Amino acid sequence: MDGSTRGYGMTKHGHVKETRVKAHASEFRRVVRVFLGRRIVIFGVVTIAGLIICALLAPYLAPYDPYEQNLSGALQKPGFNHWLGTDAVGRDTLSRIIYGTRTSLMIGIVAVAIAALIGMTLGLIAGFFGGKGYTFIMRFIDAMMCFPPILMALILAGILGAGMKNVMFAIGIALIPAYCRLMCAQVLSVRENDYVTAARSIGATNIRVMIRHILPNCFPPLIVLITVNIGMAILSEAGLSFLGLGIEAPKAAWGKMVSDGYLYLRTQPVLSFAPGLAIMLVVFAFNMVGDGLRDALDPKLRGTL
Amino acid sequence: MAALLTVENLRTSFTTEQGLVKAVDGVSYHVGANEIVGIVGESGCGKSVTQLSVLQLIPSPPGKVTAGRVLFEGEDLLRLETKSQELHRIRGGKIAMIFQEPMTSLNPVLTIERQMTEALEVHLGMSSRAARERCVELLGLVGIPDAAERIDDYPYQFSGGMRQRVMIAMAISCQPRLIIADEPTTALDVTTQAQLLELLGGMVKRFDSSLVIVTHNLGVVARYADRIYVMYAGRVIESGTCTDLFVSPRHPYTMGLLKSVPRLNEPPGKKLVPIPGLLPDLIEMPPTCAFLPRCRYHIRECEEKPWPMLESVREGHYVSCFVKPEEDHHDG
Repeated sequence: MDGSTRGYGMTKHGHVKETRVKAHASEFRRVVRVFLGRRIVIFGVVTIAGLIICALLAPYLAPYDPYEQNLSGALQKPGFNHWLGTDAVGRDTLSRIIYGTRTSLMIGIVAVAIAALIGMTLGLIAGFFGGKGYTFIMRFIDAMMCFPPILMALILAGILGAGMKNVMFAIGIALIPAYCRLMCAQVLSVRENDYVTAARSIGATNIRVMIRHILPNCFPPLIVLITVNIGMAILSEAGLSFLGLGIEAPKAAWGKMVSDGYLYLRTQPVLSFAPGLAIMLVVFAFNMVGDGLRDALDPKLRGTL
Repeated sequence: MAALLTVENLRTSFTTEQGLVKAVDGVSYHVGANEIVGIVGESGCGKSVTQLSVLQLIPSPPGKVTAGRVLFEGEDLLRLETKSQELHRIRGGKIAMIFQEPMTSLNPVLTIERQMTEALEVHLGMSSRAARERCVELLGLVGIPDAAERIDDYPYQFSGGMRQRVMIAMAISCQPRLIIADEPTTALDVTTQAQLLELLGGMVKRFDSSLVIVTHNLGVVARYADRIYVMYAGRVIESGTCTDLFVSPRHPYTMGLLKSVPRLNEPPGKKLVPIPGLLPDLIEMPPTCAFLPRCRYHIRECEEKPWPMLESVREGHYVSCFVKPEEDHHDG
């Protein structure tokens, strides 16, 4: 073939045309720029950071011991000593809210971690292998979806009993179907890409294709679901506690505090409103972060933002 | 010439709601050592499916290789278990593929390094450092400037032509015996196409491999291929050396293909002659020659007898057609 030497000349010529665009790590920078481009998202990030600090430093931030009862000082109005007043057994509401951050964040994060881990694994297996495994897993998930998540969590909490571990577990299980379905759908679309066939054509095994090539490409919408669900899990804890199936007695948790306070809603509304406001704030913050992440990670919006 | 790859009577079909699609219907071909073979045909004639079948890359279900043998270095590739070590060793190690769409055949979330080193680590057991060095070298070889730096980039930072260069580098990385290029330049502009084909040809020579180019571009095969197979509706209808096919095509379909290509030595304004009609429905194939409805030469024999087998008309030149040159060779 006479072409090979000439081929080199042409190739070298090609170098000149293909100009180097310095673009290292620019994708990451673009994501960060879009993500932090909206004030409301920054607000969400700051709120969540604040809450995490609050949870970590609770013993230093809380003005009183959240478990110390003082019956003679029960149901005090908000004032100089107790900024948010005291509850029916004289515990400082502000201190309990600060300590409650720990419980609520923990429930939100652990419950969603359980749901995401199990749901995504099932979805990945179902979507990747298809066939009988797909039918079995997805029909099972469909059956789970017949129950609204909160009802599901309620049933599970009822079976398992109250207590923080059980609550996390119950909420986690109830949230599985969403992750499984989303993951499965992602896998089904991602596995059709040429690079998956290409990976197979260079001898990659099933597991390698699944973990290395398919899984990372499925993440963007799941990250969004995770952030949104953390807020939802915290809200579910509030619901369960309100119904008496949540956190056990002395422990401070926001949902529990709302439900304890409702007896005094007329005389001492702050007992329910303050933790309720905290829940609202954290759910809002996580939702905003989720929105921001979606905007930043959605490839369809790439270039428009 | 000892054949490196011999495909015998390969049949691949897809189950669809409308029925069984016989995408590949008894295809036989062979590729010799250091040979460049072109497989030509229009869209949907089964050329890509044939190649994917060779490496068992047909999505199954719905696809299935129903019959045939694929002998590669004396081993029947179709006999290998889908998940067997042997098959994984051959894929990428001994037979490499280059795909049509450079934009989607690289994983967007992995850097070029991670994708390239994968094959080297799997097949040659290289350490990640050695693999990286080798990849930088290969990228330089295929004409990526600043290879040592660009290897850490992500695919979206490369242009289509450069991605296909990366694909070529990946394909040659384990020095395979055979490279299958499935329409390697279709998605690229003409200038880049020429550069890449020169590059691919050069690399195949340099690494002592064989090459199968699947394409619908006759210009591509005319320049590079030693031998050409023309496919129509899942079968090979004519095969021969490049000269055989371009100078004295025997099948009406090959003639039609050649006539529908513009030539530089024709007077300006001369119209191209298209082949009328469409590909037959692959689900309900006629018992007769599948090209018959579009053929302008057909004789009575065509309508009475089933699709003819490939017959030798000259040393190394095979054609499946009843029309003999003495009856009608020169067209109007």
